[in-house]
Amino acid sequence: MLLGRNANGLYWMNRYIERAENMARLVDAGLRMALTRTQGAAEEWASVVISAGSDVAYGQKYQEHSAANVSDFLLRDTSNPSSVMASIETARFNARMVRTALTRETWESINEAWMALKRMLAKPIDERDLPTVLDAIKRETALIRGAFYGTMLRNEIFDFSQLGTYVERADNTARILDVKYYVLLPSISWVGSTLDNYQWESILRSVSAHRSYRWVYEAEYKPTNIADYLILNARMPRSLTFCYRFVIEHLDFLARDYSARHACHDTAECIHKMLKVGSIKDIFDAGLHEFLTGFIRENTRLGDQIALDYRFY
Amino acid sequence: MAAFDEMLPESSGPRRPYTAYDRWLKEQDPARLTQKTQDAERVFRKTGITFAVYGEQEASERLIPFDIVPRIISGQEWRRLTQGIEQRVQALNAFLDDIYHRQEILRAGRIPKELIAGNEAFLPEMIGVRPPAGVYTHIIGVDIVRTGENDFFVLEDNARTPSGVSYMLENRETMMQLFPELFQKIKVRPVENYPALLRRSLAAVKPESTSGTPTVAVLTPGSYNSAYFEHAFLADQMGVQLVEGPDLRVVDGHVAMRTTEGFKQIDVLYRRVDDAFLDPLTFRPDSALGIPGIMDVYRAGNITIANAPGTGIADDKAIYSYMPEIVEFYTGRKAILGNIPTWRCSEPDSLKYVLEHIGELVVKEVHGSGGYGMLVGPAASKKECEAFTEKLKAKPSNYIAQPTLALSTCPILTEKGLAPRHVDLRPYVLVSDRIQIVPGGLTRVALKEGSLVVNSSQGGGTKDTWVLDD
Repeated sequence: MLLGRNANGLYWMNRYIERAENMARLVDAGLRMALTRTQGAAEEWASVVISAGSDVAYGQKYQEHSAANVSDFLLRDTSNPSSVMASIETARFNARMVRTALTRETWESINEAWMALKRMLAKPIDERDLPTVLDAIKRETALIRGAFYGTMLRNEIFDFSQLGTYVERADNTARILDVKYYVLLPSISWVGSTLDNYQWESILRSVSAHRSYRWVYEAEYKPTNIADYLILNARMPRSLTFCYRFVIEHLDFLARDYSARHACHDTAECIHKMLKVGSIKDIFDAGLHEFLTGFIRENTRLGDQIALDYRFY
Repeated sequence: MAAFDEMLPESSGPRRPYTAYDRWLKEQDPARLTQKTQDAERVFRKTGITFAVYGEQEASERLIPFDIVPRIISGQEWRRLTQGIEQRVQALNAFLDDIYHRQEILRAGRIPKELIAGNEAFLPEMIGVRPPAGVYTHIIGVDIVRTGENDFFVLEDNARTPSGVSYMLENRETMMQLFPELFQKIKVRPVENYPALLRRSLAAVKPESTSGTPTVAVLTPGSYNSAYFEHAFLADQMGVQLVEGPDLRVVDGHVAMRTTEGFKQIDVLYRRVDDAFLDPLTFRPDSALGIPGIMDVYRAGNITIANAPGTGIADDKAIYSYMPEIVEFYTGRKAILGNIPTWRCSEPDSLKYVLEHIGELVVKEVHGSGGYGMLVGPAASKKECEAFTEKLKAKPSNYIAQPTLALSTCPILTEKGLAPRHVDLRPYVLVSDRIQIVPGGLTRVALKEGSLVVNSSQGGGTKDTWVLDD
């Protein structure tokens, strides 16, 4: 038996842990681009901010897109609710609220991540320390995941947690792909051609897939392949299809556990179907941007529906 | 004023209960002990055993300092203490039952009627209500001080919602991690079954209408509360739900919690929310922490609330001064554990005495707690004494006064080695169909040299408390 408030806490705790990790990846990709290009770094940082979904808030605070400003805003600025520090704070706040649902190891890993990052992000980050800080963020979130997978009972607590993780991850991947694609693909006629562009790597890097891409596809970056990889590849752990495989799985566990199906099950099935039918070509034909914005909207709707069906409030 | 030191009295070597520990301590490298103190702090931070300090923005989560020198009580001393505590707890419950029913003690003229009638801690809503199993105060933390080899006194009864038991458990856990070899050498009675006892104790006082295993839950004001860690800790250790007011609702004459599968009935509620916030329909209408209508469910006998609403009348500081009479009235025997002499400022003669001797006394608010709103005469400046004199004169009945006791000391580890500091003791008592006292408790220690204030909110620390199995 699980309190609705705790289901909500578990869901958001995991969304924010996932968000913190993805934010670090995004900054990492931006940093890499800035280092490998002699000019136009500002453009790359601007696209990082847009991918993070923080361009409006950023614009209210800064005019220029410099490494220092962007990394400060996305990593340490607690006035930005999606910054790494704010995300970890929110994750810990939720973890504290659902403390009784977590194993000691899981709680301690979150608490320790919070303590470590609070210390590390207390002062503005020296550009030279940025790689170390980004590594530390990824390591802390990896430790949380390890403690979580290693010690948590596979029950409803686990299911609601995983729903948070995969709904957030799917949202993040869809956003990155949508934003970057716009920036990178000057015209639709370029689809299918081979582009010699460092920037393609940054999409893959921001989802930690720049190496695995080559294991699956050919060595060159092709727009269709990249989209296929991030949307339809069922084995790529950050692809939309992968995320939805698990969203469905955990919703099904809940349905079995509680002997009840809800509207959210139908919503999830609908989205899953959208990913299963057709090929990447069909998606391009209908318009990638339209597909992705539609997905993001439906994904958000699923989150709301889960909250409603399982009495989060 | 020379205080009695429980480990190293001035005259000779260590006192008996401490001999084995003292021998061990002498063999230790001081640098290693300092290292252990730091290890302990890291353990506490990691587990998140923190408490919130009201009015301090920055340090909203702080650790209660922990001292690695244990407070040791012999088996014999403990047996005497527990007899006194059991007697007192019986009297407290009998008093509560009487005061909300026939009020024999008032009729007998043993305590003045005004003390009850005009007391905010007395809840008229509880008149005629008999809680399940007849138990009013289920969890009690009796504060005990010592002034000499055989001199123990009760300082406060804490019959409402005593806190600190999680520290008793975590302090022991930490000590066992830091010094496993010590527990091989010295036989210390275990305390870790407290959560299991608490759960059994709560289940034993389920409502009569509940058949089968009752559903128990802990009610917390929420994660901003200073004792939130403890609420979560206890719920976790007992394996029950930790609920907040908004999770609960009255459904079909029962209190129920909102789960992912709908509303589920609760039978026993261990509440860590004050009376005033329990039910906005009965008490404070602005309370967002409570459950509208829970008092109706309670009066209908469909839920156990632990501790019962209105128990505050038993640990009120004005009532406290009558505890020797109360114990004798209900148990028919003299109190085994004494009270500290108390002047009730509501009485003109006492007020006169207190005003004349304010520099020597400890003056407390009748309803205050946590060391707030009190004056320690000998430690206060002239100006503070004068300010307090004005407060006293303005509302005498709001205050009591006690002599400044030479509280016993126990050494703490400082940078310069061992140094004596004043301590008190809070053992935890569980009441259901029986009375159980876990062998141990929370020892609070004033970390400042000479200070008598042990409250954690005022810079006090804690120690592990050992009751020897001898």
